[in-house]
Amino acid sequence: MTALAWLIPCALALGAVGLVAFIWALNSGQFQDLEGSGWRAISDDEDDKPRP
Amino acid sequence: MDRALKLGVADGAFDGPAARAEVRSETVSLVVENMHCGACMTSIERCLKSVPGVSEARVNLSARRASATFDPARVDVQVLIDALGRAGFRAAEAVEARGDQDVARADDLLRRLGVAGFAAANVMLLSVSVWAGQASDMDKAAAALFHWLSALIAMPAIAYSAQPFFRSAIDALKGRRLNMDVPISLGISLATIMSFYQTLRGTSHVYFDAAIMLTFFLLIGRYLDQHVRVRARGAAENLLGLKSLGALVLDEDGTARRVSARALAPGMKVQVAVGERIPVDGRIVDGVTDVDASLITGETLPQAVGKGGTVHAGTVNLTRPVVVEATATDDSTLLAEIARLMQAAEQGRGQYVRLADRAARQYAPAVHVLGAATFIGWMVFGAGWELSLTHAIAVLIITCPCALALAVPAVQVTATSRLFGKGVILKAADGLERLAEVDTVVFDKTGTLTRGAPVLSNASAIDDATLAEAASLAIASRHPYSKAVLMAADARGIDVRPAEGVTEVPGSGLSAMGPSGERRLGSAAWIDGVSAAHGGAGSLWYGAAGRAPVAFHFDDAVRADAPDVVANLRRAGYGVYLISGDREEAVQRVAHEVGIETWQGAVRPDGKIAVLDALKASGRKVLMVGDGLNDAPALAAAHASLSPSSAADISQTAADAVFQGEELGPVLEAIKVARASQGMAIENFAIALAYNAVSVPMAMAGHVTPLIAALAMSLSSIAVTLNALRLKTARLRLSFVGGRR
Repeated sequence: MTALAWLIPCALALGAVGLVAFIWALNSGQFQDLEGSGWRAISDDEDDKPRP
Repeated sequence: MDRALKLGVADGAFDGPAARAEVRSETVSLVVENMHCGACMTSIERCLKSVPGVSEARVNLSARRASATFDPARVDVQVLIDALGRAGFRAAEAVEARGDQDVARADDLLRRLGVAGFAAANVMLLSVSVWAGQASDMDKAAAALFHWLSALIAMPAIAYSAQPFFRSAIDALKGRRLNMDVPISLGISLATIMSFYQTLRGTSHVYFDAAIMLTFFLLIGRYLDQHVRVRARGAAENLLGLKSLGALVLDEDGTARRVSARALAPGMKVQVAVGERIPVDGRIVDGVTDVDASLITGETLPQAVGKGGTVHAGTVNLTRPVVVEATATDDSTLLAEIARLMQAAEQGRGQYVRLADRAARQYAPAVHVLGAATFIGWMVFGAGWELSLTHAIAVLIITCPCALALAVPAVQVTATSRLFGKGVILKAADGLERLAEVDTVVFDKTGTLTRGAPVLSNASAIDDATLAEAASLAIASRHPYSKAVLMAADARGIDVRPAEGVTEVPGSGLSAMGPSGERRLGSAAWIDGVSAAHGGAGSLWYGAAGRAPVAFHFDDAVRADAPDVVANLRRAGYGVYLISGDREEAVQRVAHEVGIETWQGAVRPDGKIAVLDALKASGRKVLMVGDGLNDAPALAAAHASLSPSSAADISQTAADAVFQGEELGPVLEAIKVARASQGMAIENFAIALAYNAVSVPMAMAGHVTPLIAALAMSLSSIAVTLNALRLKTARLRLSFVGGRR
């Protein structure tokens, strides 16, 4: 029983991390161009530099 | 645009306090044609970024759009469009209509779906332990703890995620109507409240899992439905955006500047180069030219227009550059008439009731009656209100219309993506359903059955030398007949050398002076030695000094697969008609060529509506396929409508779907897919009903707990979704419709 006391919060916290990540991805527009993102990953262009 | 501007300001803020004062930035969304892969994406972004003043450029490949952030003081949108044009990509400013709002709604549904999914997963995890615990040794305290945890997760999640259903149900009730969301909301909220009450009392009748799973599955259906709408509208807006072109406006002092077509106002003078589409309705103030109005009137022959003559937006300037003064749109009688007819036609079609809604009208009252009957029945038998309510909730959850809420959107997603692959872009969300009910097809001629461009029909009667000489004149001209002559010469493998000093006389033809005298290619009246009586429409004559004139006859070529498509439709029992605004003899010839028996020529836009009304009165459901401005009212009036992507923009707006390419085959494919999807939707209803027929009596008898009900419902949802996916690869045949009249 005592294991539950920390296992359940752990499970919930992990789930919540997933949910927060999903909502962050949604809000930052990562689902807006599913086709393009696939191409960007294999593009030779240096697109990963931080913005000036 | 609001959102775009905000983004722009946010970007500006990165530039630091010193720069912020001067640097303003604006963001524009551009529709880009022929962008297909990652390579195109990279080159478009590079091209935009290389324009001085552009700070940021990003392509959205799924939406076929590029957004650029720029300093409005240094660049304007037209410069960006021109830069893309030089790189080989045709672009235009996107028409921001209601697209943004729809995308926001889809995002909102996705967010709610995420929350519901998270909650459903965790609540199920707890529930499974409780069920397992009932079989083994879980003590009461642990079960109670799990119930409380479920309540803690499920209740806020339902309060947030199920809002779209609650809101729609309340709206329906306010309007004294019942829709599908009423029993859904009732089922979800009753199950939640009941479970909370039982959790407080510490019993085992706790069904948060059922309520949250239901919400999750229904949200999937809602999201898919919205997704189809967003894609359809985005595609439609892209098509429209690419149609609106820039215009070269002449200012008072004679200088020219490019503006977007939407910024044109009455009184502006627009320079229209040869081969360009005239961007406005107006009067010619300088120059004489031939105008190709086939998109507007269906008439294939160009007309000569002189100073003071009226020209319409969408027509093509063929022979000489002209200056057009824009007049207000409602001045032009043709457009005003079209607009009036369209409005009347759209009201006539009224609100089409979708299959799911029609089913819901029958289904929702039945669900309520069954639920209430279960509750009252168990109360009468003295089961007490708690047990009675539990059974009633089980009935509500079992009857929950997942087939209606999930399977129909799932069918639509697969159907639209299949059509998209075949070059048919669906614009109206209920277009598929209306398309499936059609039993009569009415075609327009020019640009629909035909390709809208003439070809030389008597090429075999013309010898190579004459054709080469005629082509050497024709190469200087944009006239459709000239292009046809050139094409014929190319087909014979003749090397065409442009003649020197060719002049084009609007309304007459081409001429050039050579060492052996003047050579002319033009209308009968303009060539020496040909009597005007020989002229007729659809022909040119070639005359050279000292030789007998040679006739060139032209036909509007029928799309290669048109006879095939018509034959297929007729074999399947469809009534096929041809109605055109063009000359009788031209219409008759095409009707004969493609195998249509019933045809009418020289029909005005209101005449087309009259024909459709007559067909409707005889009980037929008509599919109109047309492209011209003159077809727009008929497209709006017909039960369903298709337009080629070369159509006038007003026609594309009116049509349910737009098809691309040189072939007419997509019309057939659209009908096939629509009918298959309709069949599949009905199949899905059957699956759901069969499952209800078994489980509802059991639930009413009290043998099904809400949890089992929720599991069974999920299984049936998955079954109907898998069924819908079959449409993606199924081989379709056009089945017979004759019996349905």
